Amino acid sequence: MVMTAAETLRARAWEAAAAVVDPEIPVLSIADLGVLRDVRVAGGRVEVVITPTYSGCPAMHMIAAEIRLALARAGLGEALVTTVLSPAWTTDWLSQAGRRKLAEYGIAPPPPGGGRRALFGVEQVACPRCGSGDTEQIAEFGSTACKALWRCRACREPFDAFKCH
Amino acid sequence: MTHVPSREGTAAMPGSIQVAPSPPVQYVLRRADDALILGHRLSEWCGHAPMMEEDMALANMGLDLIGQARSLYAHAGTLEAAGHDEDDFAYRRDERAYVNLLLVEQPNGDFAATMLRQFLYAAFALPYWTAMMASRDATLAAIAAKAEKEMAYHLRHAGEWVVRLGDGTGESHARAAAALDALWPYTGEMFAVDAVERAAIEAGEGIDPSGLRPGWRAMVARVLAQATLAMPEDGWMQQGGRQGRHSEHMGYLLAELQHVQRSIPGAVW
Repeated sequence: MVMTAAETLRARAWEAAAAVVDPEIPVLSIADLGVLRDVRVAGGRVEVVITPTYSGCPAMHMIAAEIRLALARAGLGEALVTTVLSPAWTTDWLSQAGRRKLAEYGIAPPPPGGGRRALFGVEQVACPRCGSGDTEQIAEFGSTACKALWRCRACREPFDAFKCH
Repeated sequence: MTHVPSREGTAAMPGSIQVAPSPPVQYVLRRADDALILGHRLSEWCGHAPMMEEDMALANMGLDLIGQARSLYAHAGTLEAAGHDEDDFAYRRDERAYVNLLLVEQPNGDFAATMLRQFLYAAFALPYWTAMMASRDATLAAIAAKAEKEMAYHLRHAGEWVVRLGDGTGESHARAAAALDALWPYTGEMFAVDAVERAAIEAGEGIDPSGLRPGWRAMVARVLAQATLAMPEDGWMQQGGRQGRHSEHMGYLLAELQHVQRSIPGAVW
């Protein structure tokens, strides 16, 4: 298949943008996270569309700067980075690769397709280190907006869990 | 003799902006101011919370609210089309131009007062933003879809603390009960409908907050019952925040919030 110049540019731009990592969870790329929504090309200029995980996510400015830097380094010129709020980000957009990388990094991934748990319901999270389901929540809010703090009763290790959102 | 200056008769501080009185702009500013002022109050806990986990939780909730405020101010700026950005709205308006609920500007008090305030507001904000996802204003609907998820977290976290404090020790119960009684007269304002609200409801851009009251009462009653706290009777309800008439606490809050921009106008970092 022959790609047009715009298609080639778009593919290269996607590849460069998709390699940008979340500054707070450096094992995850913004593509794994589902933060990277679209790459468009108009008049030879690249526009990268991203969405925040949380309204006040402080990483968004850094991610936008990293995208512009990554595209400039790839020789693709000065990219425009646009932030959209709709549709609202959900943990269902985390890729399978992303979930695996999270667990390997020691962060319990959110249950896939889980949506949101009941308002005052009980949540079950498996320990990312030993796999035990015998865990308990220490704090609803963890080191970043997207994580909570948990502890494993089996291996006694504390761990971060990605909030289901 | 008491002198109550009219809003129009109050001299503006140097460098202040004047915002268009147009109902759609004011409607969005009301929500933006609720989020900013409550977010600022929560940020005052940073480094002072009773334990590390709560320090993180309060800062995280404050961050959610300030994020919502930024999106809402940016939208108000677009609707007003007078060149005002989010910083202009946050840092360059006088007290009388702020249109937040009186509830959110109430001082943090002790930890129980902060959690009760958060609970009473979140129990309103969650169904409010859920309903606003159907707003005819696409930007408001998009902001609502994010805010709704965040407010569910705030409601759960604050609700769990209300139960723990109310059904805790004699001391924690007494403090939670005192906070509930002190804050209750500020809850009626959330459901008030005036010309600004009515214009937004008729345009399909806003929703009728008075319709949320039965659901709010049911949620509050359920958590208070679990917390062994008595639901206060509805008596005199304080109002005025939506019209720019604030409690005595607001000026001090804004003095801290706006200090840098007022001292060094246009400062950036």
